[in-house]
Amino acid sequence: MRKSNIFILITCFNLALLLLLAAHARLGKQNAEVPQAVCAGIVKELQLTDLCLFTEARYTRHPSMADFHAPFQDHPGALDHFPSGSLVSPPRFSHEGL
Amino acid sequence: MSGLLARHRNIIDFALSSLLRRKAKNISLLAVYTLIVIIIASCMLFINALKQEAAAVLKDAPDMVVQKMVAGRHDLMPVSRGEVIGGITGVRGVTARLWGYYYDAVTRANYTLTVSDGGQPAPGSIYIGSAIARLTGFSQGDLMPLRTYKGESKLLQVVRVLPAEAEIVSADLIVLSEKDFRELFNFPAGFATDLAVSAGNPLELATIAAKIVHQFPDTRPIMKSEMLRTYDSIFDWRGGMIVVMFAVAVLAFIIFAWDKASGLSAEERREIGILKSIGWETADVLLLKFWEGAIISLTAFLCGATVAYCHVFFFSASLFEHALKGWAVLYPQFRLAPSINAYQLTILFFLTVVPYTAATIIPSWRSATVDPDSSMR
Amino acid sequence: MIELCAITKSFAVGLPYQLTAVRDVSLVIEQGQFVVIKGPSGSGKTTLLTLIGCMARPTSGRIMLRGLPHPGLPGSADSAEVEITSLPERFLTAIRRATFGFIFQHFNLVRGITVLENVMLPAYPTGEPYELFRSRALQLLELFSISRHAATPVDRLSGGETQRVAIARALINNPKVIIADEPTAHLDSGLSSEFMEILSTFQAQGKTVLIASHDPLVYESSIPDMVVQMRDGAITGITRQQ
Repeated sequence: MRKSNIFILITCFNLALLLLLAAHARLGKQNAEVPQAVCAGIVKELQLTDLCLFTEARYTRHPSMADFHAPFQDHPGALDHFPSGSLVSPPRFSHEGL
Repeated sequence: MSGLLARHRNIIDFALSSLLRRKAKNISLLAVYTLIVIIIASCMLFINALKQEAAAVLKDAPDMVVQKMVAGRHDLMPVSRGEVIGGITGVRGVTARLWGYYYDAVTRANYTLTVSDGGQPAPGSIYIGSAIARLTGFSQGDLMPLRTYKGESKLLQVVRVLPAEAEIVSADLIVLSEKDFRELFNFPAGFATDLAVSAGNPLELATIAAKIVHQFPDTRPIMKSEMLRTYDSIFDWRGGMIVVMFAVAVLAFIIFAWDKASGLSAEERREIGILKSIGWETADVLLLKFWEGAIISLTAFLCGATVAYCHVFFFSASLFEHALKGWAVLYPQFRLAPSINAYQLTILFFLTVVPYTAATIIPSWRSATVDPDSSMR
Repeated sequence: MIELCAITKSFAVGLPYQLTAVRDVSLVIEQGQFVVIKGPSGSGKTTLLTLIGCMARPTSGRIMLRGLPHPGLPGSADSAEVEITSLPERFLTAIRRATFGFIFQHFNLVRGITVLENVMLPAYPTGEPYELFRSRALQLLELFSISRHAATPVDRLSGGETQRVAIARALINNPKVIIADEPTAHLDSGLSSEFMEILSTFQAQGKTVLIASHDPLVYESSIPDMVVQMRDGAITGITRQQ
């Protein structure tokens, strides 16, 4: 078999796989509607504001409710104590300009 | 047309033969390149899925939360302010939220305690999140001890474990009655943690927020759009493990790319001279170099994107697991609803395939314009 | 027919070290002739070959091709006369690919690539269907009895085999003219005479053969129709054999 054919076949296979995954994503989105509705119900009932992703600190458990200064515990350039602290940056709020 | 296609296929043939001559070098290049794409694409897919999840799940979150600040930190909110805020034009309703954190010394985990607005559960009973149930082993009907502010143990009966599919919002929750909450923390009557404000028209929220700040300068309102936007900045590139992981891969790649881009070897220049002398045009030589770059970068992109999707949605982003779990004892187990953002993939395509291909073509530009008789001189 | 009219080729024109490699050369080569250009090194043989082979353009003078294919030129049949010195680069390349087959002094094969691919290399950018030129390449390998090496990288071949691969490559686009520059410089006497024998079979097929050489084995052989003697860029004598 020609090398170019092998390359074209592999590329087409990869593309098909990617399309298949896109189809999987679409399907998965539909399947997720029920659990998402359950979550949304709890959020509405308990008036929750954040996703529960990290539980080790206030500003990672409720990033949108956090103190601005909490991530910079020692000084503004300090490396964070928690790994997730480096993933979650302090939010900017609109009322800062108010 | 078929001639053009045949020409491309012929040149791809030769480009592949040419790449396969330096098999070890080119395969390791492909591997490193794919790894980089996997990391970037995983981050993209993960953040995107998280944002979608947040948007779907938090669509019924409070329109606005108003906190009271004292000396730059949260403070208890007098419930009486709710009545004043309720009087502002456009405000449909104000409810006082009672919630807080509880550190369990036995499991060394942090829980979030919250009071339901609906008055459930009844005093003496609690609902617990499924991650707490998993961590502590408590199930429906068990008595769960919580330490009060006085250090005494208070036994509360678990009447419901929140559903596992809702773990992404409720993993660490303990829902209890207002009476129990106030008793547990000695939470003064007439005060709440913060106020949830709902507006008749979401477009008026900014105006309402301005009025609230004007009325009570020591408060800060947080709008729903801002809660959702918080998840945009997760995995910010500025710090942490992702950057370290990424930097190592990029460094390795730059060394490779440097090797390639820092000029062609004499051998490669000689080959270009041969091709020119046997009747290849400058455009043909550049096309060959284009395909040499495109074969590597396109394959890396396609493989990387596929592996990244599987990594994030089939294996729950296990590469990021340590960063996500961090120091936490209690971590939610959730599987994000898969989603592909075509726009982001397109950007990734242009960020990965185009620069590398360009870096392969540009150094050969000068060599490709040599006179065809150069290899006879 | 190839006709050269008062061809001059200078390098570094206008600079102090200007070099005139070919000086006022006029020559007519008929289709099907076996021509050897002989002369010491630096006499302008190779430069003359590159001018005829559309690899470079003369500084002055004209080169005419008659009855040779020249694809890509609008409104002209193959038999028409073409003046190649004024053509743009693209057309020159197209003519070179279709009309001339080159055999180089060092053979100029691409290392690490198989024999078959090396032979097919000049046909790759033509856009011709792959199967066509592949079967032609296999036939050529058969002709030169190197078929069994088709999948071998060229650097593993012996000198004689390498030479035959180079000849096969020159023939892949079915050229009317074969140009060889010092082809026997790195061959022993046996291989050199074998080479001349192979080339004479091309002449028998109606191809024009053009060799630049200062190897007596080539210009003293009985095969060439015409030996052109050069010195300092000019023709000093032409010997015709019957």
